[in-house]
Amino acid sequence: MTAKGFGRFAAMLAAVMLLAACGEGDKQAQTAQSAADKPVPNPLRVATEGAYPPYNMVDPAGNLIGYDMDVMREVCSRMKVECGITAQAWDGIIPGLQAGKYDVIIAGMSITDERKQVVDFTQGYAITPAYFVALNDSPLHQLDLGLERIGLDEIDTTEEAAIAALKDALKGKSVGVQNATIHANFVEDALGDAVSIRRYDTQENLALDLASGRIDVGLADSTAWEAFLDSEAGRKAGFVGPGFDGGPFGEGLGIAVRKGEDRLLDALNAALNSMREDGTLKRMAEQWFGFDASAR
Amino acid sequence: MNPAFALEILPQLLTGAVLTLQLVALALLLGLVLALPVALARLSPFAPVSALASGYIFVFRATPLLVQIFLIYYGLGQFEAVRESFLWPILREPFWCAILALMLNSAAYTAEIIRGGIRSVPYGQIEAARALGMSGPLLYRRVVLPLAWRQALPAYGNEMIQMVQASSLASTITLMELTGVARAIAARTFQPVEAFVIAGAIYLLLNFVLTRAVHWAERRVTHAAH
Repeated sequence: MTAKGFGRFAAMLAAVMLLAACGEGDKQAQTAQSAADKPVPNPLRVATEGAYPPYNMVDPAGNLIGYDMDVMREVCSRMKVECGITAQAWDGIIPGLQAGKYDVIIAGMSITDERKQVVDFTQGYAITPAYFVALNDSPLHQLDLGLERIGLDEIDTTEEAAIAALKDALKGKSVGVQNATIHANFVEDALGDAVSIRRYDTQENLALDLASGRIDVGLADSTAWEAFLDSEAGRKAGFVGPGFDGGPFGEGLGIAVRKGEDRLLDALNAALNSMREDGTLKRMAEQWFGFDASAR
Repeated sequence: MNPAFALEILPQLLTGAVLTLQLVALALLLGLVLALPVALARLSPFAPVSALASGYIFVFRATPLLVQIFLIYYGLGQFEAVRESFLWPILREPFWCAILALMLNSAAYTAEIIRGGIRSVPYGQIEAARALGMSGPLLYRRVVLPLAWRQALPAYGNEMIQMVQASSLASTITLMELTGVARAIAARTFQPVEAFVIAGAIYLLLNFVLTRAVHWAERRVTHAAH
């Protein structure tokens, strides 16, 4: 690179840095603005993904439906505010909240320590285990770990042995996950050195590649698998090994709000509490999952 | 911007950049190889051959590259016949599906660039070559194509830069190229600014080198002609 050429490149780089610095300024301004006594916005702007059945999805007529939608509409009506729900791409959904594009996220989002550093969560409104799924002709189905469920909060020796055996069985296999999920984080941390990780933008694309045999196994929430396992293509696939919850899989699913908006958070929690007490949450969970996924 | 974090993610992003380079280089090379016969077919006086080439160019230029990538990757994988064919070991891999889509797309644009170059060769040059007894392949190899290449180079440089950008779409079919790595880092750490600024700077550097190289090649072919 010539001296003149390098100068030009450096100038371009400086321009990029300047752009980045602008973004930074906005972020700071927002944090200062969002005081704890900010009232509950009306209408409340809600973001969801719209591609994660049965939590949130789009029906043939183009309407957003699912467990999340039913819960959110009920929460809004109990808070006596209008709800404006829009669909957002999953991997930009938290940055969008931080940038003030909407006020809350309800999108089958698990409460995790990593996410808690950037957003605040309500109490859990659902909790479901994660499962591996493979095609029925996969040798992985012969794997028997002797456990139904592994809670990752406190791992005992049998569970430790089961995880080691699972890691052994998965050695060299390709594992599909949805990008930016707790499942992606778990595979990366617990199995990253043994398997090749394939990241998908949506659960649907992950299921497509599992069905066509491009990946050996996929990891996702049990309820997220349901739509696929009920479909024509999914009938030749099934759960492998035990279900996972706790630890990196978090405390269940919560509604996310920007940090420090305590009045909004309190109002959401109060609404969820009243729905839990009068059995509304349980009824909605049973309707969408076939079992009481609202239990804690 | 957190400089320490930016430095920490740099090695991961550079691995992504290597995959980006592989995708771009291979797709451009194969695209160029395919583009030449397509351009010649398009110029063919034999109508069915010319129509076939026109059809191919029209389809690949008139549909979004993202749709082409999805159709080749998720679309073809739906058919039992494809999954059982000898092509499956290739089409099973996201890398080769991305190469196939990028190559077919690039070849359509490049064929038009080459055709434009060939059409711009002054007829007098061809007549002069004919007067010297050249014809057919020799005429093309010695006179038409070198002159056409000189005309086409600036436009082709454009196509190369476009291809660097277009390769980012490969992240939608699970390839962890530069954009894919940046997205994964942003998703995991919730620090999108650092990830995308560094990724952007790497793209800038790649294209900077590329424009310099094209510029150098342009100067070289012009000198050679004098």
